Amino acid sequence: MTARTAQNPPELASANPSYNDFEQNTTSPFPTLTVGATADQLGLFRVLSPDGKIIQPDSDLENGTGVSDADALAMLRSMVRQRVLDDRMLALQRQGRIGFYGAATGQEAGTIAAGHALELRDWIHPALREGGMLLHRGWPLWQYLAQIFGNQDDTSTKGRQMPCHYGSREFGYVTLSSVMATQMPQAVGTAYAMAMQHAAPDRPICLGAIGDGATSEGDFHVAMTFAGVMRPRGLGLPLLLYVQNNQWAISTPVAKQTAAPTLASKALGYGLVGARVDGNDALAVLRVMRAAADHVRRGGVPVFVEAVTYRVGAHTTSDDPSRYRDERVTQQWAALDPIERLHNYLKIRGIWQDADLQALREHSDEEVRSTLAKVEQVPPVALETLFEDVYAKVPPHLQAQLAEARRYHAKAQ
Amino acid sequence: MATMNIIQAVGDALHVAMQADEKVVVLGEDVGKFGGVFRATVGLQQAFGDDRVIDTPLAESGIIGAAIGMALYGMRPVAEIQFSDFIYPAYDQIVNELAKYRYRSAGLFPSPLVIRTPFGGGIRGGHYHSQSPESVFAHQAGLVLVAPSNPYDAKGLLLSAIFADDPVMVLEPKRVYRGPDHGTNWGSHKKSEVPSGDYRVPIGKAEVARPRTGRGIAVSLITYGAMVHTCDKAAELAAQEGIDVEILDLRTLVPYDLERVAEAGRATGRVVVANEAPRMCGYAAEMSAVIQEQCFDWLQAPIVRVTGWDTPFPYTLENDYLPSPARVLDALRTVAHYR
Ligand SMILES: Cc1ncc(C[n+]2csc(CCOP(=O)(O)OP(=O)(O)O)c2C)c(N)n1
Ligand SMILES: [Mg+2]
Repeated sequence: MTARTAQNPPELASANPSYNDFEQNTTSPFPTLTVGATADQLGLFRVLSPDGKIIQPDSDLENGTGVSDADALAMLRSMVRQRVLDDRMLALQRQGRIGFYGAATGQEAGTIAAGHALELRDWIHPALREGGMLLHRGWPLWQYLAQIFGNQDDTSTKGRQMPCHYGSREFGYVTLSSVMATQMPQAVGTAYAMAMQHAAPDRPICLGAIGDGATSEGDFHVAMTFAGVMRPRGLGLPLLLYVQNNQWAISTPVAKQTAAPTLASKALGYGLVGARVDGNDALAVLRVMRAAADHVRRGGVPVFVEAVTYRVGAHTTSDDPSRYRDERVTQQWAALDPIERLHNYLKIRGIWQDADLQALREHSDEEVRSTLAKVEQVPPVALETLFEDVYAKVPPHLQAQLAEARRYHAKAQ
Repeated sequence: MATMNIIQAVGDALHVAMQADEKVVVLGEDVGKFGGVFRATVGLQQAFGDDRVIDTPLAESGIIGAAIGMALYGMRPVAEIQFSDFIYPAYDQIVNELAKYRYRSAGLFPSPLVIRTPFGGGIRGGHYHSQSPESVFAHQAGLVLVAPSNPYDAKGLLLSAIFADDPVMVLEPKRVYRGPDHGTNWGSHKKSEVPSGDYRVPIGKAEVARPRTGRGIAVSLITYGAMVHTCDKAAELAAQEGIDVEILDLRTLVPYDLERVAEAGRATGRVVVANEAPRMCGYAAEMSAVIQEQCFDWLQAPIVRVTGWDTPFPYTLENDYLPSPARVLDALRTVAHYR
């Protein structure tokens, strides 16, 4: 090994590896469902090629893929709806009708398929781009939109947080904060509480989601450490830690976040199980996440899954990626569209047609537009809500401050 | 009823709470097998098992982060931070997460949990085993802050905290853990009589730790934690000089007992506020401000603060740093004789 000196800098892995650079694994969603596997064993699990063909059909599995048509269709519907919704929100932001938006464009498989692998009793501690999981679980679209507008119908935050900070206790989706990685140790605690209150193997599990950039935060490291060490009732925590590696954190490529060979390989150092999956392949994501969920539900060692994908859009509506990255690479990744891939797969299966996709898009667009028309009419939150929920009861000093704020409320509008 | 020191009272509260509710868990560094570096959790793991009394890895943000997750899912965690000086790795989890959870989630995800942590100097602990962080956390809407000064309150406040609906930070006055003012024995103190079983000291209520006698110039002395005992000595000395001191032990720092504080200001018009932490934006500054807002027409003298200096907490010179009875006495004289 050559010494790393200033004169002889290590060669950085290309910031944007091309799709074919990834070592492929098409046989097992869990090549490394063992603790102590080496980093190079973490091949990237794939089921479908970019054109939707099964790379290596497995005759032992349903449809040769291990995914039922009903599951595939359910995912596709949510993925398309997510795309339509994101596009609409981005347009709204450009028109100045909403303040901010973080889209999941190109990451619909990583979001929806991972969510699809969970049961409704399972909980999600999300990062910014997991909102689609919540919708996929059945959370009403009007609540999603009300959160973005922060109006009276915003049951997630009562207009207290920026857009995309959704939350629902009923649907097991913990209200996001804007702070990177803090959700990860919390997910460990939630899983711990689940393990204390429900016996394996039939118990809820918790998913902690994070982005590639945020894996550099201390809280990520702390969560991985705790995830390995905590073993209530002598079993592994019912916990999945899940990174959508979209290869960018605003303008910073993943190669500048870590010198580790892959993010998934980090699992090994903490005694966790690591797995790596093609994040643009919904079937592969579902297979890996289902295997992982089943494993931890039964009491296995927590699993850290890396879904490799690409942020084909801007970071958020306040970002312009052409300033820091080569958008030709983005175009290459955009061509690996997860929706197209799943769509083509279903076409090949003979249960889906181009016209169906078109109809689905139109239906989703109509749903978004009509819901939007209603939600935009909802009045803003009342002044009292500024002082509620700081504590369980409004304490005297906040009652006094509310009275003071009331005197100026009209002028503030 | 038994005579206890603060450590024993804390341990007793934890026993009572864990017995009463299996959702209560204790977690922190060295709290399990060993019983904590101050021995507050001795015997808990033997009694309740290592799933409920958890020796965690050495990472404060993990302790608080995991405790938050547990609380979100219905448990009642009591996290110990070994010394409040070491709370800062968890600062983000406390300030941005814990304090705001109920609010940011429109009330859907409250995270009621307790953080117990010893604070204050006087144990020859240098920079990093002596600090008083209360104003840093008092500034964070959503947190409740309590600071008992004696065994009775320590148990009663901790039990209130564990079963409260809000996150509560319990600042434990480590200098007087085993006896008032460097003593090793709480035996003769009236607040060392601790009832067995469950009882609660209400959050948000101050208490008169030393009433006025009605003889001499009336002064109100407002303080909390270990400083209650320093102030008591000063009041004793002041009495000999004809200064009649009422000590108000705040017990809860957020949300504090505004009514009782204002009453103290109006009753005497002469107020001293004492805290160990640095003066700059310290807790005494809030007290001074609110008293002049609420009691201006009653004030007979400027409010005087007695505090630690605006330096890092020292090692060898800690007795020069800590407000001593002599410094408090001088402040009492200043306000008593102001014309
Ligand atoms: C603690 C913290 N530091 C910085 C930020 C600002 N910030 C918001 S998103 C982001 C990049 C996140 O990248 P990544 O984790 O890869 O998630 P992605 O946006 O790609 O989904 C940064 C730096 C933040 N929100 N929190
Ligand atoms: Mg990223």
